[in-house]
Amino acid sequence: MATLLDFRRRIRSVKNTQQITRAMKFVAAARLRRAQEAALAARPYAVELARVLRSTMARIESPEHPLLAKRPENNILVIVLTGERGLAGAFNSNVLRKAHEFFRSHQGKKITTIPVGKKGRDSLRRAGFRFAAEYVNVLARVDFKTAREIANLVADLYVKEEIDSVYIIFSEFKSVMVPTLAVEKLLPVEAIREDDTGKSEQGDRENKKPSETPIDYIYEQPEEQILSKLLPRYVETQILRAMLESSAAEHAARMTAMEAATNNANDVIEALTLHMNKVRQAAITKEIIEIVSGASYGA
Amino acid sequence: MLPEAIELIIVTPQRQLLREKVASVQLPGASGELGILPGHAPLITELGNGELSYKASGGGEPVILAVLSGFAEVLPDRVTVLAETAERPEEIDVERAKEALARAEARLKSTDPEVDWDRATVALQRAFVRIKVGELRRRVHSHSSQ
Repeated sequence: MATLLDFRRRIRSVKNTQQITRAMKFVAAARLRRAQEAALAARPYAVELARVLRSTMARIESPEHPLLAKRPENNILVIVLTGERGLAGAFNSNVLRKAHEFFRSHQGKKITTIPVGKKGRDSLRRAGFRFAAEYVNVLARVDFKTAREIANLVADLYVKEEIDSVYIIFSEFKSVMVPTLAVEKLLPVEAIREDDTGKSEQGDRENKKPSETPIDYIYEQPEEQILSKLLPRYVETQILRAMLESSAAEHAARMTAMEAATNNANDVIEALTLHMNKVRQAAITKEIIEIVSGASYGA
Repeated sequence: MLPEAIELIIVTPQRQLLREKVASVQLPGASGELGILPGHAPLITELGNGELSYKASGGGEPVILAVLSGFAEVLPDRVTVLAETAERPEEIDVERAKEALARAEARLKSTDPEVDWDRATVALQRAFVRIKVGELRRRVHSHSSQ
């Protein structure tokens, strides 16, 4: 039977764990705020770039560029964004489940992956996927350089026709409580994302500003040259956005998980304390009985 | 009707630097400086490494920023600058830029065949622009303190 001392030890151990989970919750909350700010700060660039690219493409009669070329999808490259570590609830496994779903629905095609984040890399390596590259320890501080490196790599493979399409799978950050998973097509560049412009095309059409009617541009450089600089930038921005969103979502997931763990520890402590008191009570009762019966015996 | 002011938007992948009504803008285009006044014809250009300056609608001294490559879209009532890097004078670490300049110069002078000329040249240019714009703050600063 567990003694009083055993209970005290267990309660202390649970309390220690709770302190850790509570601290992790606060750290995650602080990081979440920073990640959210970074994601927010990066938005205007993405919005403006998408707008400029769209209006450029609309003004060029038949935009042609290797990154726009469509081919039958035989070789697919998938970028999978996960976290570097666990303790974030189902964050990593959700992304990986989505990735495997995607792989299943594209059976028969040759699939290559680029994992970003240690968790995804380890899991995909175990599952035996081919890596075109891997990026670990880059999500703690998301920067543009990494996004650019990945973008250059996939654009290069795409232009060489080693791959026929590029997808990116990541957790979108919608709110702290609701995790959403996204599968987005990066290449070939198709319709430029509508919601990047902040408002829908339809609402726009009625109150179009004079600046948005398609008058021809003066091109300081040949339009193909401009397009060929804008498109890779767009891919970079998409990757950067996914990384920022994923990082915010990871911190949110960790915060929620650690909050749950802290609350759970409270419940455990309560239950253990109750038990401990019962055991103590039982011991005292037993002792009294012994004393009483001993006394009556001696009398 | 000609618009009276231009909305100048300067964004970088990291942040939005500026969104303001201005009277005129001077852009460091890749094929030469561009002066933009309200009502300019639609234009799109690559940007080089250089100084961007603009005058606020209310008049006053032009404001100068360092812009390192990117794009600009000019519309009659709006100029959108998608810069890779854009910095205000007070944000520039002149000492660091000077070090970068020295490094780039050393690389360009060396006879090492491994040296990436293009990269070193770009580094040199960027350092140059940073120093020039960064030093501006000092001058302005010392003026006002006198």
